[in-house]
Amino acid sequence: MKILVCISNVPDTTAKINFKDNDTQFDTQGVPFVINPNDEFGLTRAMWFKEQNGAKVDVATVGDASVEATLRKALAIGADEAYRIDTPALDGIQVAKELAALVKDNGYDLVIAGRESIDYNGGMVPGIMAGILGYSFVHKCIELQIDGQTATAVREIDGGKETLTAQLPLVIGGQKGLVEEKDLKIPNMRGIMMARQKTLQVLPGIQAKPMTRDVHFAKPAARNQTTMISKDNLDELIEKLHTEAKVI
Amino acid sequence: MSVLIYAEQEQGVFRKQSLEAASYASAWAQAQGTSAEAVVFGHADSDSLAQYGIRKLHQINEDQSERFEAHSHARAIAKIAKESGAKLVVLGASANAQSLAPLLAVHLDAAYVSGVVAMPEASAPMTFKRAVFTNKGFSQTEVSSEVAIISLSANAYGLHPNPVSCSNEEISFPELNAQAKTTPGLIDKAQGKISIADAEIVVSAGRGLKGPENWGMIEELAQVLGGATACSKPVSDLGWRPHSEHVGQTGKPVASNLYIAVGISGAIQHLAGVSASKTKVVINTDPEAPFFKAADYGIVGDAFEVVPQLIEKIKAFKSQNA
Repeated sequence: MKILVCISNVPDTTAKINFKDNDTQFDTQGVPFVINPNDEFGLTRAMWFKEQNGAKVDVATVGDASVEATLRKALAIGADEAYRIDTPALDGIQVAKELAALVKDNGYDLVIAGRESIDYNGGMVPGIMAGILGYSFVHKCIELQIDGQTATAVREIDGGKETLTAQLPLVIGGQKGLVEEKDLKIPNMRGIMMARQKTLQVLPGIQAKPMTRDVHFAKPAARNQTTMISKDNLDELIEKLHTEAKVI
Repeated sequence: MSVLIYAEQEQGVFRKQSLEAASYASAWAQAQGTSAEAVVFGHADSDSLAQYGIRKLHQINEDQSERFEAHSHARAIAKIAKESGAKLVVLGASANAQSLAPLLAVHLDAAYVSGVVAMPEASAPMTFKRAVFTNKGFSQTEVSSEVAIISLSANAYGLHPNPVSCSNEEISFPELNAQAKTTPGLIDKAQGKISIADAEIVVSAGRGLKGPENWGMIEELAQVLGGATACSKPVSDLGWRPHSEHVGQTGKPVASNLYIAVGISGAIQHLAGVSASKTKVVINTDPEAPFFKAADYGIVGDAFEVVPQLIEKIKAFKSQNA
């Protein structure tokens, strides 16, 4: 089985978000970047397929040379080969088209991408790939088993979950649940040393065009002051929720 | 030309998200001098959609059509969108909408803009305000394609009644099942419980509750308020509560009208995930808990004292105001 895990390089979850150039660009200065958490669950799940069934696991991302540190980390975790499509990531559609072209060229049985990246929250890369490729698709996938050519997946639905079966090739939009947080693989020294020997191929891509552009960014408006209420005066809370906030 | 919505129903009743989508689509259609239409899988009464400005309901009634399947449903919506000349397709933020929207974007060669929180700022090109960086920021996103698909963030645009008359059209789409790429199986869903996605009130608790055995009062508070329960990331990682309740940056976003946080200190990832909620109440023993800075109302106190009292007082309030 050949697996591709699509990796997005995103600001760490604790990063403060600022914008620059008259609020037209995200300010990356001083921001630590990490593997997108939704992708990280998928990467560890792929490593388990590798350990159990000897799957070959590749990783890919779209971006300039600055994203290579994140790809090297994925190699150190255990991925076999990495691909960097050498063009700036402009929107979810362009990124998905570039990645779908790589999937067509290399032929994968399973393509894993996060349900969304935690920076631009587009939530479309796995679905657009599945649409272009005509592959089976399971979004918000929280469990995945594969037996021969048949996948059994569980996806999150509103208020519960649903089990589905699908034939490979399959694209999933992954998230926590594929593996538990405590089971996430982190690079060890041997992995980091081995990653240096592994191939990181830089590809020119297909010059896919975006369909959207972020023209202006803003931070959320400053919020109201906190009204502190004594624990011995809960009637005041109820009164305020009723008459002031009008939520009960 | 039209504005089309994907309307989701459960047992014949349209979800609130879909009525919000109807409100949004009809307001935009009016501004553009066109009409808003809806597509639904299975039988549902169009009356409630008509209350929010939908003039035509396309009903797809093939065998099994009520059972969601992303590829086949995206195909069917794409066909209707093309026939009605839709320039804008509006969806909610449900799990199903999020699965089919990107597939629909491929079929319609359309841009997909998710997490939209307001009416378009411009029509040529269409420009949408959406949440980015898990609500740590907003973007004005300009669309260059002829057709756009958007998903609305829950409770952001709201419900705006606009009664019109609505015609029903049954659509035959015999290839529906042949277009399916997955076989849906068992659904595991708590009956009679409100999901976080649909809830207007969410009661959430953290490690301050000390153990899973203490969640009874959180369930009860949610029940008396008619809300959903949720939890912080550590609580779900410890296995005290299911992952489906984890709200925050790597869990679910919450955009409720009222969010009550009990014994949650307020990590930055949690605050980002719930920041779209309109009113936040924080109950914590530690007056220095960072969540107080993001709260509208704060109570310093022990959850085991405050929550049971609050339940009794809300019960009394509800019976007086019933």
